[in-house]
Amino acid sequence: MTVRRKYEENFFRFLSFLFTAIIVFALVQIIWTIAKKGVPSLSWQIISQEPKGGYYFGKDGGILNAIAGSFYLAVSATVLAFIISLPVALFMNIYLIRYQRLLIGIRFFLDVLWGVPSIVYGAFSFTLLMYLGYKNSLGAGTITVAAMITPIMIRAMDEVVKTIPIGLQEASLALGSTKTETAYKVFFREALPGFATAILLAFGRGIGDAASVLFTAGYTDYIPHSFSEPTATLPLAIFFQLSSPIEEVQNRAYAAAVILTLIVLVLSVSARLLKPRK
Amino acid sequence: MPSTIELKQETEVKVESIPAHVPIVKIDKLNVYSKGTHILKDVSTVIPKNKITVLLGPSGCGKTTLLKCLNRLTDLYPDLKINGSIKIDGEDIFDAGRDITTIRQKMGLLLQRPYPLPMSIYDNIAYGLKLKGIRKKKIVNAKVEKHLKEVALWDEVKDRLKTSAQRLSIGQQQRLCLARGLAVEPEIILADEPSSALDPISSKVIDEEFLRLKSDYTIILVTHSLRQAKRLGDNIIFMYYGEIVESGPAEQVFENPQSKILQEYLRVGH
Ligand SMILES: Nc1ncnc2c1ncn2[C@@H]1O[C@H](COP(=O)(O)OP(=O)(O)O)[C@@H](O)[C@H]1O
Ligand SMILES: [Mg+2]
Repeated sequence: MTVRRKYEENFFRFLSFLFTAIIVFALVQIIWTIAKKGVPSLSWQIISQEPKGGYYFGKDGGILNAIAGSFYLAVSATVLAFIISLPVALFMNIYLIRYQRLLIGIRFFLDVLWGVPSIVYGAFSFTLLMYLGYKNSLGAGTITVAAMITPIMIRAMDEVVKTIPIGLQEASLALGSTKTETAYKVFFREALPGFATAILLAFGRGIGDAASVLFTAGYTDYIPHSFSEPTATLPLAIFFQLSSPIEEVQNRAYAAAVILTLIVLVLSVSARLLKPRK
Repeated sequence: MPSTIELKQETEVKVESIPAHVPIVKIDKLNVYSKGTHILKDVSTVIPKNKITVLLGPSGCGKTTLLKCLNRLTDLYPDLKINGSIKIDGEDIFDAGRDITTIRQKMGLLLQRPYPLPMSIYDNIAYGLKLKGIRKKKIVNAKVEKHLKEVALWDEVKDRLKTSAQRLSIGQQQRLCLARGLAVEPEIILADEPSSALDPISSKVIDEEFLRLKSDYTIILVTHSLRQAKRLGDNIIFMYYGEIVESGPAEQVFENPQSKILQEYLRVGH
């Protein structure tokens, strides 16, 4: 090796190392900060009770309303998004496989939607749903979050279905299956392990997002009992408590952040474990 | 309208009475183009019933394309422009429209690599039966057993019928795919270099099964292996650059090749 190439190699290796270190350092810092402030405020009470009178001034109670609300919202949005995404992902890869140009266009379009900031979905849904006469509610929040995570889910599922070899489609058609049968009886099963990853990915995105539900889900101290009631969510619970001047309430915001981080961490790790190995 | 239906019935009746030497597949002036390349050029031939017809030729000469035309899997590839006619049992497959699924069930397909369906061994065979409306447990069980025996797989898998087919060895998977195809009771078996990905023992098993199956089925076998063509072929269709160069009974084609290209192919192949 010439001296120059040696220097180059060392320089770029150093750069990669440096930036990796920065990323890891930032991540550790975030988790450390949240944990330092949040873990002391974690208690059985905070995850098992709804806010009591005076909770926001540092009195008794917990954020069960937000934990339950977030789960309700994320689960229903994920279910709704899945119902929409499944036929689209299968349709793209079975019916549109003949139209590669169109497919490229659709994928590009979905990727753009993926990149749209969630506050835009929030503002758009707010305008639309208010125009239609909906009020802030679990239902409105569900629709908003579903709209936000659907492009993510379609593309994640699409990437899974795309890897299925055309030979399997030929084999299925040769047996006399229609395209629909091929989609739902053959491709669906083949893609199922990969779909689990896509679902968890979208769920994680849905449960952690604050901006999309800011205008549409409302906020309440109670656990919602129907889609027409407003609901609290963890990200908003963090947001509201953090804006309090009282330190004890602020620390509870960090405790909520610890809970949310743990949920998302568990989801990401499961998504990784479920990912089919090639 | 009634007259066409009558006509169809008439042709079907004729099919029943076809003697064994009468063609089951008739290909007439078939041309396939793809973006300026002419993949199949004026291919016309007939394929007789209950014989093994071998499509022989070097890689890239159009054997797979011809095979996929027969059950219109070419529909999957938008680049391919096709004209000409292919009649199976007297029915032109290009006129079939959406009813192509029924025509496809007349043909079992074996690809170069096995593609078992993502389900159990049992369900791989039951799948095709269900498509044909056969759901009675007893009948399905009996057929699963019958067709697994037909491909000499029954003894190897009878204790684990409910396990995933994708866990079988490649050779077992290929035999399962054959059994799966036979279960829909086709008349024709289309096989595209079915043993090229297999170990010698599995490929010998497949060869022997073909020899046994030909009394009940018409087999169209694509291969570039002279050894396999000589061992199995009753009739040989030799293709080169998208054209049928020579075709006829195996003895005649191998003992007395007419064209320079085939003579060369036979010489180099030895
Ligand atoms: N879907 C397709 N689109 C474009 N060209 C194709 C397609 N399928 C096959 N071809 C071309 O047609 C020719 C014949 O291919 P093929 O039928 O696979 O040959 P063989 O099976 O004899 O090896 C090749 O040159 C191949 O590149
Ligand atoms: Mg081929």
